[in-house]
Amino acid sequence: MTADNETLRTAAERALIEQYEAAPTADAVKLLREKAIAGFRSRGLPNRRVEEWKYTDLKRGMSEALPIAEAPEAGAAKAAVEAVAGFGDMAGARIVFVNGLYVPELSDIDGVEGLTISSLAAGLAEARPQGLGDLAGAVNDTALDLNTAFMRDGALIEVAAGATIDKPVEILHVAAGAPAATYTRHVVHVGAGAKVRFNEVYSGKGRYQTNTAVEFSADKGADVSWIKLQNEGHEAQHLSTFVSALEAEVGFDHFVFNSGGHLARTQVFLRFNGEYARAGLRGTMLITEDQHSDVTLVVDHAVPNCESREFYKSAIDGKAKGVFQGRINVFPHAQKTDGQMMCQALLLSDEAEMAYKPELEIFADDVQCAHGATSGQIDDELLFYLRARGIPETEARTLLILAFLSEVIEEIGDEKVVEALEERTRTWLGY
Amino acid sequence: MALLEIKNLHARIAEDGTEILRGVDLTVNAGEVHAIMGPNGSGKSTLSYVLAGKEDYEVTEGEILFNGENILEMGPDERAVAGMFLAFQYPIEIPGVATMTFLKAALNAQRKARGEGELPTPDFMKLVREKAKLMNITSDMLKRPLNVGFSGGEKKRSEILQMELLEPTLCVLDETDSGLDIDALKVVSDGVNRLRSPERAMVVITHYQRLLDHIVPDIVHVLSAGRIVKTGGPELALELEKNGYADYIGEAA
Repeated sequence: MTADNETLRTAAERALIEQYEAAPTADAVKLLREKAIAGFRSRGLPNRRVEEWKYTDLKRGMSEALPIAEAPEAGAAKAAVEAVAGFGDMAGARIVFVNGLYVPELSDIDGVEGLTISSLAAGLAEARPQGLGDLAGAVNDTALDLNTAFMRDGALIEVAAGATIDKPVEILHVAAGAPAATYTRHVVHVGAGAKVRFNEVYSGKGRYQTNTAVEFSADKGADVSWIKLQNEGHEAQHLSTFVSALEAEVGFDHFVFNSGGHLARTQVFLRFNGEYARAGLRGTMLITEDQHSDVTLVVDHAVPNCESREFYKSAIDGKAKGVFQGRINVFPHAQKTDGQMMCQALLLSDEAEMAYKPELEIFADDVQCAHGATSGQIDDELLFYLRARGIPETEARTLLILAFLSEVIEEIGDEKVVEALEERTRTWLGY
Repeated sequence: MALLEIKNLHARIAEDGTEILRGVDLTVNAGEVHAIMGPNGSGKSTLSYVLAGKEDYEVTEGEILFNGENILEMGPDERAVAGMFLAFQYPIEIPGVATMTFLKAALNAQRKARGEGELPTPDFMKLVREKAKLMNITSDMLKRPLNVGFSGGEKKRSEILQMELLEPTLCVLDETDSGLDIDALKVVSDGVNRLRSPERAMVVITHYQRLLDHIVPDIVHVLSAGRIVKTGGPELALELEKNGYADYIGEAA
């Protein structure tokens, strides 16, 4: 570390390093943390010259590093959780994190056969929880490094082989109280042939910083759906990393609904480890004012005969900026890979902006891969048709935006989830 | 007072300034059915779009009075609320908006604008099912996104269903017969004829006499080069069918 490096650091970078040094942890993953913070020390926050962060300059965007959040008092936690507009009461099990810390009183984690949920903080006190760091270790990324350095709590979830979990498992995150930063890490393993759905929710009010990560693995033939509702407060910063590995014949669907945060980024790293697996990655983004929201995907077709679909739609208003980066890597022997990526955006104002960076890197010769991206405005012909039937312009526009986004939401298939997300969309549109 | 009065209407394409309507005069009274015929490019569809308030056209001269009120400053939705309905020549597909949702939004928007309050959902469903049955529209079609994957005939039937539901006072039908086979033509014409009433008027734009065998007009006009060049009774349509538009093309130029 040179003196120059020190002086060139931003206030946020300095604060992060100071926070780490001020609270040295001696838990079971100290080595992982040390390695992660060392990475951060040498690289700092990524700016636009770091290719993976080209359109989301975190060095500029993150002006401060808030102190690590304290546990809220019980009454405030309960009120904050009750105020969340999420998926209603469809969950069969629920693990709640307020300010990044597990709240047993508000959670319901027992009693579902084949499902084991426990708190990461409890696990860390004893030994390195199984699987923690295995998948994350293969990803080189600053947001994830910071998560590893600072992770305080999270969910350890195990779904037994062959189990069918009827109702969704909800992982709820709420920020409440003074401006602060939270770091959650979840490790989720789904056994062979098991069937399960997860609903991951982020919500909060005021100024705060969320840095969250999930390490997800599914064994042969598992069937998993994962819905993430990112509904953070408009002053929040949301950094999220989902690292996943799918074994043979897994069917996996991931959906992210992005509407919160002044600066938000959802990163999904997905690797096919076994043949004949299928993944559908989808999402919607609704942003306005000065929001900046980024979805970044990296899909590794490491084995033959897998199928990946990416389909994302955005509606961008005000001076907001959306970013979509999608990378599909097809490894040399991964023949018969089928990868299709599509992104579409509606720009609702003159200043709204959308940046796309699709990348296909193909080293096998017998594959089907394609990508497409469009951005445009609301179609005047459609608008005229609706207005000619007496629907006022504002309502007609809303209907058309809803219709545009519904096309991808409805691919989820699960009616209750579709209804919940369409309701969130209508609320956002003020309809 | 006439229901619709068009006086010396001039209109051009906003984008490139091409003049299409060059002084249309037309008076339509409640209870009447008018047919507007004319060769391709005479301005028939433009007239229907200008009536409905499409922003692609610019009115440069003249006025349109609907119930005595000049509607040129009104948006398409306000005109619809005032009782105007355009059955489109090419009904547009709207992916993601279920037909039923669309019908409900349209009906309730109009009711709300007139201060009538929204129709309760069960009453609305009952009403739509009744009218849909008459138009041979299945409940499966009502669930599908509006016009998406509908055949030409289904699209036109869907237009007439909307008309029956919204009960406008002026129905403008733009080449509703195009793309219809003889059976579909009958269903559509029956729908239109059901709506004929002393309070309501229709302006039927068509290229061919065929539709007028089913929807018998009171008055027939020939539009050529952006002007009405001849007006007569139903016999005028028959004459046009026999002799074509050649006589009128020369006259207008």
